[in-house]
Amino acid sequence: MKRVAICAAAQHEIKSNIWHKRFQDMLMDLLEDVQGQTGFTFGDNGVKNVLTCSDDFFDARTISDNAINDVVGAGNYRGEQKMAQEGLNGIGYAMACILSGHDDVIYFAGHCKESSSASRNQISNMAYDPFYCRCLGLDYLSAAGLQARAYMEKAAVTEEQLAKVVVRARQWASRNEYANEKTQLHPGDVMYSSVLCDPIRTLHAYPVSDGAVALLLASEEKAYEYTDQPIWITGFGNCMDGYDLGTRDLASSNALKKAANQAYKMAGIKQPKKSVNLVEVMDCYAYQQPMWIEGLGLCDEREGGRFIDEYGPAKYNVNLSGGMLAGRPLMIGGLYGAAEAFLQLKGQANEHQASDVNCAVIQSTTGGAGQHQTVVVLER
Amino acid sequence: MKTVTNEISKACSVIPGKMALPNQYFAGRVGSRFIISLRDSKKILGVKCPKCKTVYVPPMECCQKDMTKIDENWVELGDTGVLVNYTVVNYRDAHLPRKTPYILGMIQMDGAEATLVHLVEGVDPQNVKIGMRVKVVFAGKTTNTILDIDHFEPIEE
Repeated sequence: MKRVAICAAAQHEIKSNIWHKRFQDMLMDLLEDVQGQTGFTFGDNGVKNVLTCSDDFFDARTISDNAINDVVGAGNYRGEQKMAQEGLNGIGYAMACILSGHDDVIYFAGHCKESSSASRNQISNMAYDPFYCRCLGLDYLSAAGLQARAYMEKAAVTEEQLAKVVVRARQWASRNEYANEKTQLHPGDVMYSSVLCDPIRTLHAYPVSDGAVALLLASEEKAYEYTDQPIWITGFGNCMDGYDLGTRDLASSNALKKAANQAYKMAGIKQPKKSVNLVEVMDCYAYQQPMWIEGLGLCDEREGGRFIDEYGPAKYNVNLSGGMLAGRPLMIGGLYGAAEAFLQLKGQANEHQASDVNCAVIQSTTGGAGQHQTVVVLER
Repeated sequence: MKTVTNEISKACSVIPGKMALPNQYFAGRVGSRFIISLRDSKKILGVKCPKCKTVYVPPMECCQKDMTKIDENWVELGDTGVLVNYTVVNYRDAHLPRKTPYILGMIQMDGAEATLVHLVEGVDPQNVKIGMRVKVVFAGKTTNTILDIDHFEPIEE
């Protein structure tokens, strides 16, 4: 099978309120960064097709990609598509463009400024239908509250284990130049932080975050024009669970299991516990880290808590970036994970570099309580 | 979003925005029957899949499990059920229907498999328990939404 590579990745520094910089300017910085890394150009011998990821509600304008075409190179009669899903799905889309022969190079840029809105919970409330859920105030936070209780009860995950997840995320974030929230915590800080949406506490939730990420993807034939060390996309899968919370098994990440199995199959991975040695999960809330780890098959069902206690995060190099819990914006949390895994596989993650990694798995989610799940496998 | 007050703000223009786009939503034929029954007859209707026997409330046009068309297979449910999951909402925001803290529950109506997300009142958030029997309290005024059920409250047994 033909292969597709990530040739370069650029991450914008994540902050809780980048009000003084337009998202267009953030994207322009990334474009210059990726062009600096690779020397790529737009046109017949370079990028003819661009992919973007953004959200109309966070940008407070419809067809949000219209506002950025000039800073992603699409403004001069080039193709452009927008991924209106979490950005990791764009990697699958870019792969399809390249493997189909339609393109051989894709420039992909995503952005999200959560701080532009008065409340990200108001935005996710709008994701729900107006008759049965929106009027009840349901949003991604309260949907997560319902899932947290269901999962924690099923898997017997404790407050102590969730505190470990958050404390560790902040420790790793302090080594990551792009991470947002680096304040160090003690377990007690987490366990006694105020209740936000029971059983989710304030410090179990990811901070409001602004950021942007860009990647250059290319066919195997073209990749070496841009880099000496391409990172290969060997697996991709995604899967949707039901929209209505009442029809779902909230305590199990069934959609993630299917997405992961698709990605592993494509990558030829038969035993993920043995093959995977770096993981980036989109843990918007602390309970999601063990839950998504179960879904990825890196520990058995109901063993997520034990995974935390028995050094699973260290063994599998889980979220050495700090992950979502250290602050990444919705919509591109998984895309940041891919950029982080790219750096790790190239050995360029500086102070948070893991040793001997060659197979990374990245997971992301969109929708309430992990409704839609995406998994990408990257290898050296 | 924050009020911009520091030095850099003097050279930057930031304006507040507010999206207000009046529009209308159609509940659909199936949804309309459910809402109208709730509003006019105070009756809670579900739909039953003849193939897998799953009962959905709120109703759906097709069974989520096997895609069987189920929109003509109505069943009338009672006004009681069991609280199978809940969260206590403790943050404040403009889109929330109650002053916090309040309980957002998942209620399995007697005779249905799918659960209904709704507000639970009449019990202190510290005393709420999974497995509690609850009953519907209908709203005095209609909103033509699921809030024609005002909330659920525990059944004293």
